[in-house]
Amino acid sequence: MMHLKRSLSIGLWFMFLTLPLMVVRVNTVSREIEWRWMNLVWAGVCAFAIAWLWQFSIERRAAKRMQVATDDHPEKRQHSLAQRLADDPVLSRRVLIGVGLLALVFPWLVSSGNSFYHINVMVSALIFVVLGLGLNITVGLAGLLDLGYIAFFAVGAYTYALLSKNFDLGFWTCLPIGGVMGMLFGVVLGFPILRLRGDYLAIVTLGFASITKIVLENWDTVFGGAAGIANIPRPDLFGFELDGRQKAIYIYYIVLALVALTVVVTTRLKNSRVGRAWMALREDEIASVAMGVDMAQTKLSAYALGAFWAGLVGVVFAAHNNFINPDSFTFMDSAMILAMVVLGGMGSILGVIIAALVLKLLPEYLRAFAEYRMLVFGAVMVLMMIFRPQGLINDMRRKYECDTAGGESDNGGK
Amino acid sequence: MDFEYLFQLLCSGVVKGSIYALIALGYTMVYGIIQLINFAHGEIYMIGAFVALIITGVVTLSGYSGFSVLILAAVVAAIYAAAYGFTLEKIAYRPLRGAPRLSPLISAIGASIFLMNYVQLAQTPDFLPFPELVPEFEFMEPWVQYVSSVDMVILVVTALVMVALTVLIKYTRIGKAMRATQQDQVMARLVGINVDRVISATFVIGSILAAIGGVLIASRTGQINTAIGFMAGIKAFTAAVLGGIGNIPGAVLGGLVLGIAETFGAGYISSAYEDVFAFGLLVLILVLRPAGLLGKAVKQKV
Amino acid sequence: MAANETGHKLLEVSGLTMDFGGLRAIDNVGLDIYEGEIVALIGPNGAGKTTFFNCVTGIYEPTGGDVKIYPKGNGSKRINGMKPNRITALGMARTFQNIRLFPAMTVLENVMIGRHCRTRNGILRAIIGGAAMAREEKESIEKSYQLLKKVGLADVADEFSRNLSYGAQRRLEIARALATDPFLLLLDEPAAGMNPQETLELDALITRIRDEEKVAILLIEHDMKLVMNISDRIYVMEYGKKIAQGTPLEIKENPKVIEAYLGEEAHA
Repeated sequence: MMHLKRSLSIGLWFMFLTLPLMVVRVNTVSREIEWRWMNLVWAGVCAFAIAWLWQFSIERRAAKRMQVATDDHPEKRQHSLAQRLADDPVLSRRVLIGVGLLALVFPWLVSSGNSFYHINVMVSALIFVVLGLGLNITVGLAGLLDLGYIAFFAVGAYTYALLSKNFDLGFWTCLPIGGVMGMLFGVVLGFPILRLRGDYLAIVTLGFASITKIVLENWDTVFGGAAGIANIPRPDLFGFELDGRQKAIYIYYIVLALVALTVVVTTRLKNSRVGRAWMALREDEIASVAMGVDMAQTKLSAYALGAFWAGLVGVVFAAHNNFINPDSFTFMDSAMILAMVVLGGMGSILGVIIAALVLKLLPEYLRAFAEYRMLVFGAVMVLMMIFRPQGLINDMRRKYECDTAGGESDNGGK
Repeated sequence: MDFEYLFQLLCSGVVKGSIYALIALGYTMVYGIIQLINFAHGEIYMIGAFVALIITGVVTLSGYSGFSVLILAAVVAAIYAAAYGFTLEKIAYRPLRGAPRLSPLISAIGASIFLMNYVQLAQTPDFLPFPELVPEFEFMEPWVQYVSSVDMVILVVTALVMVALTVLIKYTRIGKAMRATQQDQVMARLVGINVDRVISATFVIGSILAAIGGVLIASRTGQINTAIGFMAGIKAFTAAVLGGIGNIPGAVLGGLVLGIAETFGAGYISSAYEDVFAFGLLVLILVLRPAGLLGKAVKQKV
Repeated sequence: MAANETGHKLLEVSGLTMDFGGLRAIDNVGLDIYEGEIVALIGPNGAGKTTFFNCVTGIYEPTGGDVKIYPKGNGSKRINGMKPNRITALGMARTFQNIRLFPAMTVLENVMIGRHCRTRNGILRAIIGGAAMAREEKESIEKSYQLLKKVGLADVADEFSRNLSYGAQRRLEIARALATDPFLLLLDEPAAGMNPQETLELDALITRIRDEEKVAILLIEHDMKLVMNISDRIYVMEYGKKIAQGTPLEIKENPKVIEAYLGEEAHA
């Protein structure tokens, strides 16, 4: 009954709240006012329903907290499906192989004749997977809140665009250069902000990225300004000419290889001395420094290594699109990549991959709801933080096996 | 030395700075009390402007006009902004009290994105014109090239608001409760202060100020769109940090400094890079003196 | 209290002063630690003991005075204002008054962080792998595991450190500090919040550490029974000043100390 009353009042409150914006539309040109009363009804009903659901969810969350707090045997806590999967080496290997095979034959499954729309969509999504994995190093592992990650992506893209336009350098030459440029920017950005934490760090990185974008937009002579740079060459295959569809497939495999590379490198870093230092820094900077971790070196390496992937895949992005302009590198994009890392589960590689694919593919294939895409995105961010802040996949820590005889093996951290 | 140009820029800068100050106050008060950067504050500012636009639209199309319409619109805008701010806090921030700092920040970003797109969908992403409702005051005639009537209104309103806010913080019960909660939340609770209500009140007051800023800027520039919140928000946050986050006079000082620096930069160096000056200032302050101009560096207890 | 041979000096603090703005938190404090000793630093709350630790371990830069260490007999090194990680690498490790573990990392990994300054695997080695890298990793794991065994936490090695009980967390912090291979271990209130049984075990642990690991110990403690039992020497601070130093017996009878502190609770 309490639920009903509260939900009702919340419904009414939202009707009041949305009244001017959703009901009234003023057209000063035609001097008319459009009154959309149905919207009011919708608002009220939706608010009522959501309020009801919300209260149930909050109650469930509180009950769960109570259960956890009074739990006598925390070690025996039920593990999620993903964790049980990762713990079973045979099953996880099979799943991995299955997914790998699927990824390899993907282009042939979804395209026929000259249509390669789906391949392009997947390429875009995979580019963002790499971005998510890169940011996962800086934010997820090292805990350094970077709200301006997209700037490194822009650096990579513009590096290729400018080098190919002005010096005729090829894709494969520019690929590592793009990565290195990204890394350099990462270090340059990281150096002055080493002492900053939390919110301040986030805002400064946002400031850096905004400055970068404004410079790209306005320095016409070098960067082409708002119009950007066009006619960026696609990667060639030993000089052979490829048609549109073949080029798309070629780039698909390049990006796929990059994703695999990123996953391998990131996993190795995560389970190494460097990765542990990053995580310690994230958990408690003062304690880790007291235990011998060099704060400056460790932080800078996190920025550099994270930015490297963005620069690298920025080159691919430029090659894939043939054309870049500052509009591809907005704060929204930074926010989206950050969301991939946070919603996927800080530090969890598999989680970030899933989150990235979902966030990039869903809007493509749910075109009908395209208008509401950003709205849902914003709402999801808020809701996830309230109901599942640890993200999709709780970072599963590596289990070490050691006996006094000196044996050691691991199940691999995902 | 073109003093006339300089003076023009100065006046323009102060006017701009006043708007930044109004918005910055909301940021600084919220940060002071719950250590959260309310990313969505800029959108509240934008919503205030939009509500005012709608009210003026409805009223002027019914035949009325004049300064009183603007005042009515401002009042309604303030009420709605307060309502949105209140609701925002309850939905996106209150459930996350006590969570690690990253969670409320992400929630704030999500709320900001949600609100902006909400208004975009409910209204339109295009620019909408805002009617001119501020009459040309006769006594302003000789100064018109430096300070227009609208500018005058902005300065006066801002000054009045500052005074009102200072009185509120210093002399009223709620003001004292806010100061207490800012200094020691646990203790405040223990002496019987309803901390939840104080936090809500902080959001409400900040939102009202932002709405007033929104109405004023709409009057000045003559048009608004849903994107104004983001930029203004970042800049206002810069102003708040510049003056020392959590520090109310600091927010005002920061706003003025930012407005003047930005206008001078645009006027003397390059107008295209106007925003770069704001961001550059932000980066500089955060790197060199995070405590801000009026803030105190806080040593972390180990 | 076990018999010990006092060897050469390890830590020498002279004339240490620490000001926070107008507040003088530490006023001209001197302290020496020799090889094989267990030294206690006691005093009422707010005396400046943890601040002293912070000055000595590089968290604060002292306003005045000298902090010198003697790493393995190679002469002295003045470490005022040195970064904490460098001081730890030189051989001085600490625990914290309010436990500072890494909650989202496992117990074993917490200890492995201690090995950071004694190992060298960098980014390149992490990515490429190889025999040297694997060897160092294995060694880190082994050493850390041994330390966990020493403090009795070997069976929860894979548990998240945040899930441990309070007493276990304190022991984990000690294991982590030991992993840095220190010659001097600074413990900040290691017995805080422990029951009498746990305190006895801690007593045995600290003594074992001194004897087996050949690590000298400086501890801040409020539990007088533990302090009197275990310490070779004691320093007493009050209001930022050193008011007494000596053996436990001497301290017990020192009127200044009794007046300042022991008066209310003569445990020992």
